[in-house]
Amino acid sequence: MSWFVLLALCFVSYALKAIGPVFAGGRELSPQVRRTLDLVPVPLLAALILVQTLGDGHRLAIDARLPALGVAAVLVWRRAPFLVVVLAAAGTAALLRAVA
Amino acid sequence: MAAPTIAQTSRRTLSGAVGIGIAVGVYGISFGVLAVAAGLSPAQACVMSMLVFTGASQFAFVGVLAAGGGALAAMGPAVMLAVRNAAYGVSLAPILPRRLRDRALLAQLVIDESTAMARAQEDPAAARRAFLATGVSVWLCWNLGTLAGALLGGGLGDPRTLGIDAMFPAAFLALLAPQLRRPGAPVAAVAGAMIAVTALPFAPAGVPVVAALAGVVPGVLVARGVRA
Repeated sequence: MSWFVLLALCFVSYALKAIGPVFAGGRELSPQVRRTLDLVPVPLLAALILVQTLGDGHRLAIDARLPALGVAAVLVWRRAPFLVVVLAAAGTAALLRAVA
Repeated sequence: MAAPTIAQTSRRTLSGAVGIGIAVGVYGISFGVLAVAAGLSPAQACVMSMLVFTGASQFAFVGVLAAGGGALAAMGPAVMLAVRNAAYGVSLAPILPRRLRDRALLAQLVIDESTAMARAQEDPAAARRAFLATGVSVWLCWNLGTLAGALLGGGLGDPRTLGIDAMFPAAFLALLAPQLRRPGAPVAAVAGAMIAVTALPFAPAGVPVVAALAGVVPGVLVARGVRA
């Protein structure tokens, strides 16, 4: 993995955080703009979930990741702690692959 | 500046900050494991956690790498997920110290958790202390967790046998779920997911996730309709 890209990401993430504290000394965003920005992560996270569950290069594939996501969904719904959700998903996929 | 500020911080705020920090630290362990599985060196994983310091972006970045995308393709979703920190920074600007040097330093602590804790306080002084306590606690724990996970992850073997690839979608689901309560969010999520799956067969790796950003548009329209 390239250090150059990694440091570029470091710079961009810091710059985004610093816009408000360094440049916009106490100006408020309009509620409409803030609501739109609040929604930005939502479709991105939903896309990441599907791409990483079903994506296999450029193909869609159904494998052990899908039942693992199902288990994670039930645990998220039951408000389980983050680590429990993530480990249960890994355990489900590992178990199904060991059996198959 | 830091010492008296910490001393005045209420016990409730401090225990909240430590509790959030511990939870994030555990989450940092899973990031360290996944980053190394995706091909980052432990040093790169640690530098990323120290300097990027935004969980969802970091997971997205290593997730695209793990799925076979290049480093540049991984930048898109990571940067898009970091955009909300700009909004947090603007909303926190009034409660930060006056000196530019302090503001520039504290900007690095602008994340979901520190913003949420600051917003929950009654007055600006308490908000500043809550922001500082939570930000420092989360930064320390996130980096210790990443270091532990990166060192542990190298010795784990084939990530697929252990189901580590299934940890990514589970982590994103846990991050997404609390955000679905916002007006328009379910529509934005479904639209984003459909765009990504449609683009997957032909778009370069990483691009389907960035394209999914367009899902914000129907989300905003629906949210407007709900309010009108």
